[in-house]
Amino acid sequence: MRSFRWLAGLLLGLCIALPAMAHKASDSYLTLTRPGAETGEIDVRWDIALRDLDNAITLDSNGDGEITWGEVRTLRAEIAAYALSRLDISAGGAPCNLAVRDQLIDRHSDGAYAVLLLSVHCAQTAPSLAVDYRLLFDVDPMHRGLLQYVAGGETRSIIFSADAHTQALGAVTAWQQLAAYVHEGIWHIWLGFDHILFLLSLLLPAVLLRRGGAWQPAESFRAAFWDVARIVTAFTVAHSITLTIAALDIVALPSRWVESAIALSVVLAAANNVFPVVNRGRWIAAFGFGLLHGFGFANALKNLGLPAGSLALSLFGFNVGVELGQLAIVIVFLPLAFASRATRAYRTIMLAGGSAAIAAIAGIWLIERALDLKLITG
Amino acid sequence: MLRVLIALGVSLVATVAVLPAAATPYLPGADAEVLERLPEKNDASLRDLKRLRTALKQNPGDLALAVRFGKRAIEASRDSGDPRFLGQAQAAMLPWWPLADPPAPALLLRATVKQSNHDFEGAMADLDRLIAKRPGDGQALLTRATVLTVLGKYDAAHADCASIARLTLPLVVAGCMAAPASLSGEAGEAYAALTDALAQEPRADAGLREWALTLAGEIAERRGDFAAAEKHYRAALAIDSRDPYLIAVFSDFLLDRGRAGEALSLINDQTRNDNLLLRLALAEAKLPGARMAFETHRQALADRFEAAHRRGDSLHRREEARYRLWIENDPKVALNLARENWLVQREPADLRILFEAASAAADTATLREVSAWTAAHRLDYVALQTAPGGRR
Repeated sequence: MRSFRWLAGLLLGLCIALPAMAHKASDSYLTLTRPGAETGEIDVRWDIALRDLDNAITLDSNGDGEITWGEVRTLRAEIAAYALSRLDISAGGAPCNLAVRDQLIDRHSDGAYAVLLLSVHCAQTAPSLAVDYRLLFDVDPMHRGLLQYVAGGETRSIIFSADAHTQALGAVTAWQQLAAYVHEGIWHIWLGFDHILFLLSLLLPAVLLRRGGAWQPAESFRAAFWDVARIVTAFTVAHSITLTIAALDIVALPSRWVESAIALSVVLAAANNVFPVVNRGRWIAAFGFGLLHGFGFANALKNLGLPAGSLALSLFGFNVGVELGQLAIVIVFLPLAFASRATRAYRTIMLAGGSAAIAAIAGIWLIERALDLKLITG
Repeated sequence: MLRVLIALGVSLVATVAVLPAAATPYLPGADAEVLERLPEKNDASLRDLKRLRTALKQNPGDLALAVRFGKRAIEASRDSGDPRFLGQAQAAMLPWWPLADPPAPALLLRATVKQSNHDFEGAMADLDRLIAKRPGDGQALLTRATVLTVLGKYDAAHADCASIARLTLPLVVAGCMAAPASLSGEAGEAYAALTDALAQEPRADAGLREWALTLAGEIAERRGDFAAAEKHYRAALAIDSRDPYLIAVFSDFLLDRGRAGEALSLINDQTRNDNLLLRLALAEAKLPGARMAFETHRQALADRFEAAHRRGDSLHRREEARYRLWIENDPKVALNLARENWLVQREPADLRILFEAASAAADTATLREVSAWTAAHRLDYVALQTAPGGRR
């Protein structure tokens, strides 16, 4: 059924019975290939119909109704700029850098397409990506972007439309997500030297006893173990508390302030080993400064991007990861330190020298972070 | 016979055009290599359309220009069956698309775009608002009557047609009335009124006559007067031999009469239009000599439905149901599609595929539903009275 195209210039052809499906609708095809969630590199192939590009930025320069390779070639920079201005990819809330590596041509069943090969580099290596696709919606709201996401041997399909132009990718099962955040937590503690150095500063004296102004070897492994356990547990409990309240935006502290204070905590903890002031109850120091370090973890976690739907899960996973990372350090440190605790070298080189070095490094971080300078890379 | 052979040859050549090519991107060698022929290459009106679009891009807020472009783009989408033009029409309306109460011309065009996308609810809302504002807007009333007829609301459609009686030509009014009347127990009267109006206005606008003749052919065909139907279709074809709607309707008629060869030569090379590609494949399925072309077109159809699914389109359920039933012999899937389609639109063709799929799937509940609808509306439609299979 269709009604007549009206008279008096109001010519509207109404054709309901036959849907306007003929020809193919305007679609572009994206393939995002991610070798692994640990890498920030993504490979993108993007096929856009020449007809659609012509609609948006006029490829048929001479207006003869034909698009030649010459016309496309001369407009390659414009095509790349146009496409890139309509696609954003971010990992963990941080935008990735997109660059067109190559431009080719391909034939699809409904005509020729420009093939853009993109190199995408993401600073963050978050497990999930956010893609904002805005190609052509302003000149054809019925356009769709059809995306294939290839990661970890699996493929997912996603449709972008004018109403749904941002979509999250790599949103995986709860277990995979938990595992990803545990992994991030472990890496964060291992790559975040300030946390390791702080922990070491507290742990170094744990195999010793302070008696009459001098260091003595701890009498039993059991005593050393419990001392270490107290310190690590206090640190853990403290930073879990602040990590949670900061990640939930209950308390927000400026990152520069937090990072400076963390550097200061390392200086103090290390200096205390060279010039002991606080002796008993280092676990209390671990707890107090742990509160600070928790704010630092929260900043890192926010950079990864917290999925709104599973905030608790990812927080828990990140915390578990941090703990596992610490535990691994303790497992390596404690037997070695205990075995060598009675040596002179341990007290002079490891405890005094090591702590002095730690204090010096942390002192530089403190200056860098407080004054926003770049002296060494930390 | 010669015509059939020529048509077969043409459809073989067309076959090559729809073959999926290898998906290996390449770097063309020469600047002169033509990568794409745009639809305006051989069509002056589409060249005009492109110029209008360029002008509109410089003045996107110009309502008069946007409406002018939008109407032309909708016409282009109808003539070519190319959905990109419909998208462009919608794009022209973007400044007015989100508004609750845009100016009347924008409202009408917005309703037309929505209706073309089978958003009948949205179209009705816009048309109701427009007609409340301008009760004498003939185009709005005619458009609403069309939508109401598609939705099976024949009384309301009839009322809208009655209210344009004094606004326009008797032939337009007769056509407007004939559509709902012929589906609600007054097919004979509607047909007589329409053919009378046609006889009285031999010099009416060609487009108007083509539309009215096609409608008369459809009513005659439903009533079983195939000789009259063919006469009307042929008269309409003499006015516009490339109208995809007419070609689809007439090729269905020919397929029903077992004249697949004629259907083939009628559709000829219009394989870019999926609706016509479906009829072409249905015709080739009946012609032993068209085996190869049939296989290719069957694959092309499968690819196009697959592509529509990939982009989340559900506009083409009726066509896909026919494809599933008669080409893939899958009555169950066909019936599901036909049922989903029937929830959205209720034209005779929608009822027919529902009937055919339900018969093939031996779904007595659905068949009872079809009978109930036919009885309730006193629908005069011979294709629903015999066992299906004529179009195979």
